[in-house]
Amino acid sequence: MTEAVIIGTGLHPFGRFPGKPAMDMGADAVRMALTDAGVNWPQIQAGYVGSFEVANPDAIVGRLGLTGVPLRGVFNGCATAGTAVAMAARAIETGEHDLTIAIGMDKHPRGAFAADPSVAGIPSWYGQTGLFLTTHFFGMKINRYMHDHGISHETLARVAAKNFGNAAGNEKAWRRTPLTVEEILASPVLNYPLRQFMYCGPDEGAAAVVMCRADQAHKYTTSTPIRVRATALRSRRFGAFEVQSPSVPVGEPVASPTVDASRAAYEQAGIGPEDVDIAQLQDTDAGSEIIHMAENGLCKDGEQERLIAEGATEIGGRLPVNTDGGLLGNGEPIGASGLRQIHEIVLQLRGAAGTRQIPGTPRVGYTHLYGAPGVSAVTILST
Amino acid sequence: MGRDMMQQKPVADGLFTWPPTAQPRLIGTECTACGLVSFPTETHCVRCGSPDAKERLLADSGTLWTFSTQGFRPPSPPYDGSDTAATFEPYAVGYVELPGEVLVEARLTEPDPEKLTIGQRMRLTLVPYTVDADGTEVLTFAFTPADEPNEPVEANEPGQPIAPEEQS
Repeated sequence: MTEAVIIGTGLHPFGRFPGKPAMDMGADAVRMALTDAGVNWPQIQAGYVGSFEVANPDAIVGRLGLTGVPLRGVFNGCATAGTAVAMAARAIETGEHDLTIAIGMDKHPRGAFAADPSVAGIPSWYGQTGLFLTTHFFGMKINRYMHDHGISHETLARVAAKNFGNAAGNEKAWRRTPLTVEEILASPVLNYPLRQFMYCGPDEGAAAVVMCRADQAHKYTTSTPIRVRATALRSRRFGAFEVQSPSVPVGEPVASPTVDASRAAYEQAGIGPEDVDIAQLQDTDAGSEIIHMAENGLCKDGEQERLIAEGATEIGGRLPVNTDGGLLGNGEPIGASGLRQIHEIVLQLRGAAGTRQIPGTPRVGYTHLYGAPGVSAVTILST
Repeated sequence: MGRDMMQQKPVADGLFTWPPTAQPRLIGTECTACGLVSFPTETHCVRCGSPDAKERLLADSGTLWTFSTQGFRPPSPPYDGSDTAATFEPYAVGYVELPGEVLVEARLTEPDPEKLTIGQRMRLTLVPYTVDADGTEVLTFAFTPADEPNEPVEANEPGQPIAPEEQS
């Protein structure tokens, strides 16, 4: 099988950009990625574009050039970018194309996501009575996890403080004001035990990555090509404790789709969790990052309490997590969020992450997405 | 029902026993092929896909598996509480394990997380959560700590659990 490598990456800053349409942010990100790759738009042979708010994201060809390129819209909730990246890589791996692009863009209104439960196949009463909220699911999941595995409220706050601190050093991040553990623990409880400064918010932004056949990378760029070692997506299995569930079957909960996607990706890559040098994990909230460390095999359940206190997940630590600030620091434009993660891993593996560059020579980077209705995407990259 | 009381209605038909009784019950389904208990009622079993299911009144009490709180007014729509952002009263939510049946997500009557404990016993009740434009009070189901006195919605009108076929 032909291997796909990332040769270019582009990131429009995440945040609020009044008056700027998502499509324009997407086009900016694409142009940055093309420049980084040393490629012109007409050379792109196929692409995959994801968005929640833009009904026809493939209309972006109107901004980039009407070359007739097959550009397919993709959507898997918060895991959308995982699908765009997987499809762009697969098109190369199968030999169908030599040069492809994955694009994500979004522009969300303020506040928690609002939708009718019918979009998720759930009866109306669930929304009418105030149960159709992803935020209190995350509160319930981490509350049970803290009870079972001895995670403290301080550890939740340390994760948030780390990610806001990392964002402060990232000029493309949204929330760049560092917050102390004390300030975070003093913010109002939104969904016990999660507080205001432990949540990410929906915002705006775009990102893109250009890929080509590994044996052709030298034709375009002198940058280190970043190998796409695995892309996996899994949906929830029966018995998993998942978001947007009016009920859950009795018995021991089965593994979350994150565990399933993670295991599949490690197997595809022939890489184990012990080989991962840097990870970008879905931190919809501080609790999610803690749970996802274990669900992705990067530690055992409960070890997070000690690892985080020791600073293991900080930029200088043994396993840096969310070095660009993660979702907490960048917010979540759904279609683009996973491509931001890939962008950060590419910079780090190239040694080009500037003041937030992790020490040493990182070889393996890991990205993870999770969202409604219980879907997870994992990507493993390496030099 | 409610001769001298405010008009009341359930948020949805077929969700719990109606009219209100001293001990309401949730209405689920039991798959006749694989035995899976579902809530709310399902036309096809989510485990085996069978279309053959019978209605089943679920247990009226269980244990709290996990909980959280809702500290801000949910986006509306879909939320249709008659409160406003200013008058919104935070509520708690949780999953209650009905032994051998299913874990059900519901509002909890105790809003203070410090007064809730994973594993504690909970009992089903009905609570008014909004008022319709015509003044009708709309009720939904909730769980209340079982060691506290239940507050039936229809006081002085104890009733018997009614059979599922009387529901629809």
